[in-house]
Amino acid sequence: MADDTPLLALTGITKRFGEVVANRDVDFTLRPGEVVGLLGENGAGKTTLMNIAFGLYRPDAGTIAVAGKAASIGSTADAIALGIGMVHQHTHVVARHSVLENLMAGLAGRHGLIDRAAALARLAEIAAAYGLGLDPDQLVGDLAVGEKQRLDIIRALFRKARILILDEPTSVLTPQETEGLFSAIRALKADGVGVVYISHKLNEVRAITDRVVVMRRGAVVADAVNDGTLTNAGLAVLMCGHEPERITRTPHQTGAARLELAGLRLGKATQPIDLKVHGGEIVGIAGVSGNGQVRFAETIAGVQMAADGTILIDGKPTSAGSPRRMQQAGLAYIPEDRLGAGLVGALPVSDNMVLSRFGASPFAHFGWLDRKAMAAFAERQIASYDIRPPDAKLPIGLLSGGNQQKAIVARELALKPKVLIIAQPTRGLDVTAIAFVHRELMRLRAEGCAILLISDDLDEIFQLSDRIAVMYESAIVCAMQVEQATVAGIGLAMNGGAIEVPA
Amino acid sequence: MRIALEPRPPSRWREVLMPFAAIAASLVLCGLLIIIAGANPFQAFAIMGEAAFAGKFAITETVARAAPLVLTGLAALVALRTRFWNIGGEGQLLVGAMAAAWLGARGDIPVPLLVPAMIVGAALAGAALAAIPGLLKTRLKVDEVVSTLMLNFIVMYLMMALLSGPWKDPVTGWTDSPDILMDAEFPVFWAGTRLHLGVLVAVIAVIVIGIVLKRTSFGLAMKVVGENPKAAHHAGLDVGRITFFAVLLSGALAGLAGAGEVGGTQFQVIASISPGFGYAGLVVAMLARLSAVGVIPAAVFLAAITTGADEMSRQTGVPFFIADAVQGLSLIAVLVAMTLARYRIRWRPSPKREAAS
Repeated sequence: MADDTPLLALTGITKRFGEVVANRDVDFTLRPGEVVGLLGENGAGKTTLMNIAFGLYRPDAGTIAVAGKAASIGSTADAIALGIGMVHQHTHVVARHSVLENLMAGLAGRHGLIDRAAALARLAEIAAAYGLGLDPDQLVGDLAVGEKQRLDIIRALFRKARILILDEPTSVLTPQETEGLFSAIRALKADGVGVVYISHKLNEVRAITDRVVVMRRGAVVADAVNDGTLTNAGLAVLMCGHEPERITRTPHQTGAARLELAGLRLGKATQPIDLKVHGGEIVGIAGVSGNGQVRFAETIAGVQMAADGTILIDGKPTSAGSPRRMQQAGLAYIPEDRLGAGLVGALPVSDNMVLSRFGASPFAHFGWLDRKAMAAFAERQIASYDIRPPDAKLPIGLLSGGNQQKAIVARELALKPKVLIIAQPTRGLDVTAIAFVHRELMRLRAEGCAILLISDDLDEIFQLSDRIAVMYESAIVCAMQVEQATVAGIGLAMNGGAIEVPA
Repeated sequence: MRIALEPRPPSRWREVLMPFAAIAASLVLCGLLIIIAGANPFQAFAIMGEAAFAGKFAITETVARAAPLVLTGLAALVALRTRFWNIGGEGQLLVGAMAAAWLGARGDIPVPLLVPAMIVGAALAGAALAAIPGLLKTRLKVDEVVSTLMLNFIVMYLMMALLSGPWKDPVTGWTDSPDILMDAEFPVFWAGTRLHLGVLVAVIAVIVIGIVLKRTSFGLAMKVVGENPKAAHHAGLDVGRITFFAVLLSGALAGLAGAGEVGGTQFQVIASISPGFGYAGLVVAMLARLSAVGVIPAAVFLAAITTGADEMSRQTGVPFFIADAVQGLSLIAVLVAMTLARYRIRWRPSPKREAAS
């Protein structure tokens, strides 16, 4: 490293939101050709810090220097002009435009004209240099999730980014796609681009970064060179301040089939699904997101109509297509989109705790709400699930993601379900909250509930499932006991590859 | 300079003060209009306040005028709870008025049942009209803003057709409906004023709707549907049915406003039976920040502006339409204020200027 001037230097950054201090006197540097991992629990301030660098927020105090020069970044346009690119967890692309059109959007050429030939040349250049290729004429709506993310990265490079911020980049990728992303990062690094890698996945952070910065409660608590001495356990302790609990599964005898899907078809053109989930069993559904998992969960939960087939709970066919009737049959559903589908953010915790049952006894009598019963129930649940802050009157949208998820888990488990469908149970949660959710799932499993666990996180699937099934193009392509499954094999099946199932 | 909005923490007092700030802002803006019209705004507002609130007659007149606004305000509010924009309050009021006038002029209803029949009939008529956009929205996903608004015109022209056809006065040729029977006229509580039964109906409606929204599971269901229909569906609520019932209730409330105007004020249907009460109901609901009790001061404010503007116009020569301007400006001001209660404005220098510095 001949040039030691940092590409990006944030000094003394402080940012408050009301009374919450999101960043407290934070120093952060990124040098050319360096990959820095940014770690921390949710709410530790990682994303806030990077949003400041990308011009989405202005700091209350502190300075920013880009390539040694003091910079004032008032907007994302300023950040882009300074060579900073950010790739968010959720891609921001226009589905009905082609790859090339998406790249050129917002990029005025000379005299406001768009230079297609030059754009094509630049695209080819990026493909050659970093192995990041895409067909320029393909419609973005037809791209797989991993390709959309690649498009976001290409777009940043297209605008000559020298600083690339990746926020949870692998949460939507298969193991094979992750490997592809890593080789692109290595190529970028060789070219002198600085990369900030925000992630919860400690293995990945240890594999790809040169240096790791750990944040806790808005402040930097560690800044260490990744020289091979870092361990997952050590990093986890730095992140949450104590030893995290890792929930493990002990094999046990499962019972009779409680949830049975017979010839269930999600769409008219998709393959039928036959699957049984037994009492005391967790069946993990692996798959690249966007392969019909949401539809699958919603169909079983009655939110959507099945195209064909039957759903049986404890051997009894249930009339699908009605969430209420599925609930009465003993099914609980925890959707992945917590604030979008699971909760009403503007309403207090107490109302959300009885969202599916405030119309009936004991929470209402002849149409009159029993506010006292609702409040008492909420207080009990808040206490036994340690939901914070412990205030039943607070709009639930103001709670952290982890506490929102606790509230949904509390609500659904109070129904004493026979069958539980839970989608992306720990997405966006911190280590402590993850341990909580996993522990609850294990408890429910021990009580004989049949659990269908849908997750993009393969580690989680392997950690909790008794059986693993892979969803690809809205159908189950294989299912096997966890002992027979390998990460590579499941990863292959997630991409539509054939899998050897040992007999 | 560019403007950006940054969320700020919720604050109770800001929420409470917001409508007052909005009203103050709209009065200041109207003051400017009054200056342009060549009058002294302080004097003009003083005349307005006096005409609206000084003396028994002024106060009761303002209150009587507020009654239909309370009802149409509640109508807008109830529908908005489920995020249904009922712009059709005007049409629902008109069918309510027509139903009340038709029932009130019939000779075959027993006298003690006459007034109740008019009230119930008007509510049913309003609900029936609202059912059309309600069904279109919940069954076919037809945008309710367009369907409710367009129905207003259809109803208005139907009413004009009635007034200049079957209901036309055969002797004078006036386009008024036949007068309702003496027994159909709403009782007045205070002799010499216009505090009629319709005012009481409006007050009762505020109490009933307030209770429904706060204390019943239907009220909570409406709120859940309005705040997050997807979560409502996931929780097993029938989003379409709840929305539809809220819309029926909304139409019924607007219909009641029509009954009050026919039974308590005009005693017949005339072409100008509603000077836009239905539309003003939306302003009332917003000024009340969608609270049932808040509807009363909001309606009284708008009513006072209208009664006051009349007198002010006579004395200062400022056109009467200033009342409409206050109404419109207060709606805009309250919408801006609602945003400002939750976000703060950040002025950002444009990037070019900054680069130069």
